[in-house]
Amino acid sequence: MKEKTTALYEEHLALGGKMVPFAEYLLPINYQGTTLVQEHLAVREQAGLFDVSHMGTLDISGEDALDNLNYLLTNDFSNMTIGQVRYSLMLNNQGGILDDFVVFKWSETHYQIIVNAANRLKDYKWLKENAFGNCKVKDLSEGTAILALQGPNSTAILEKLVEKKMLPTGYYRFIADVPLEEATVTISQTGYTGEMGYELYCEPEEVVTVWRALLEQGKDLGLVPCGLGARDTLRLEAGMPLYGHELSEEITPFEAGLKFAVKMTKPDFIGKGALESKLDPHRLRRGLKVLGKGLIREDMAVHAADMEVGYTTSGTFSPSLGYGIGMALLNRDYAKIGTELIVNVRGRHLPVEVVSATFYKQGK
Amino acid sequence: MVYATNLYYTEEHEWIALNEDQTIAKIGITDFAQEQLGDVVYIGLPEVDDKFSKGESIAEVESVKSVSDIFSPLPGKIMKVNDVLEEQPELLNNAPFETWLVEVELEDGADVSHLLTADAYQTLVEQEG
Repeated sequence: MKEKTTALYEEHLALGGKMVPFAEYLLPINYQGTTLVQEHLAVREQAGLFDVSHMGTLDISGEDALDNLNYLLTNDFSNMTIGQVRYSLMLNNQGGILDDFVVFKWSETHYQIIVNAANRLKDYKWLKENAFGNCKVKDLSEGTAILALQGPNSTAILEKLVEKKMLPTGYYRFIADVPLEEATVTISQTGYTGEMGYELYCEPEEVVTVWRALLEQGKDLGLVPCGLGARDTLRLEAGMPLYGHELSEEITPFEAGLKFAVKMTKPDFIGKGALESKLDPHRLRRGLKVLGKGLIREDMAVHAADMEVGYTTSGTFSPSLGYGIGMALLNRDYAKIGTELIVNVRGRHLPVEVVSATFYKQGK
Repeated sequence: MVYATNLYYTEEHEWIALNEDQTIAKIGITDFAQEQLGDVVYIGLPEVDDKFSKGESIAEVESVKSVSDIFSPLPGKIMKVNDVLEEQPELLNNAPFETWLVEVELEDGADVSHLLTADAYQTLVEQEG
């Protein structure tokens, strides 16, 4: 299969990006002159810029759009205001997770969702198949470029390029049609790193202008371009579950610790019936802190004495903390914070401690 | 990319420093290898006196991105391990050719003819790169 490229492909090459295939795209894992750890720390201490144009944009509009969202997705969208963003899950009929994403409210009859790249076609198909009444679902992914500007200096950088009043007023809010140089962007205060940050959406034809302007204006505020590597270590430190790791069609929202995004009080939604019998899960998502030297990776067995009590879903080195961290799905009897367990790392028995999955909180 | 000419190499991107009578080998990883691995954060080393045959996993190098086995290029017994790497694994990134992993006492008559010269290794890297 030939990989696709984003509109920033030439920019990545010019910056010495080490390109790797990811979700059908060629994207940089890190850039020449900065290691993955340096890019990670730049986001924690100053700012980083990511090309996340591989993510999908699905558009939902029509008089029945709200009713559709409330039936097709797990969160409640009834009290959302225009300019708000809300996290949600989409489930199959068995209560398994089809995807997790954010929903933007553009108007009373118009919403957009930003979906995981690998799930874009599956999500689109599911929404189309299950949509009812006056509701149109469109895939706008090819026409949307997305940048993530993350880190404590991200506001100061944006303020050099756009009027202060054109920035979102709070977390999970967005502002559309913001002029930025010769481009027009939508800016949301969202992100995936646990840091203060923004995501910018524009047409692919305009994204090079935006990318260059941000890097230029951000230079003296420590902004560096960041690749997929830092993106993964940042999200893991922030305890964000990732589709294909902590989330899948075999995992329920309650096991994944995402009860807040599932409104069982709603009259009905796809998957609700199946979830009724799964309110009290036997396994739970937890963080693991490596106690010895070494790292855990995904899909490693977790043991208590001689018994297998779960498996890891992600694992890496935490650049901010200086030791190995990971997430796991654990039998609930062994999921208590502070429990010491063993991970089988290629035959080596590595001691770990069960901790909260949020390893890092903003500014800490 | 740097290629020290006084060293031997393997296709697995290791370097080998042989003593004069070819009875002792110091083993490390090349600049190309550390570049491919990215930030090294942990190195699992063998114990002194552990014996290895050619091609057996002798150590593992964990980077933020991945984990790689280091394969014994020659049969022998571990004489020393570089303990400094426990505290400073980043030395492998900073100075790969000065940072040995293990020192091996080679088996009598160990065959070194499969090791690559600096020129041969450079050609290999250029083909891979």
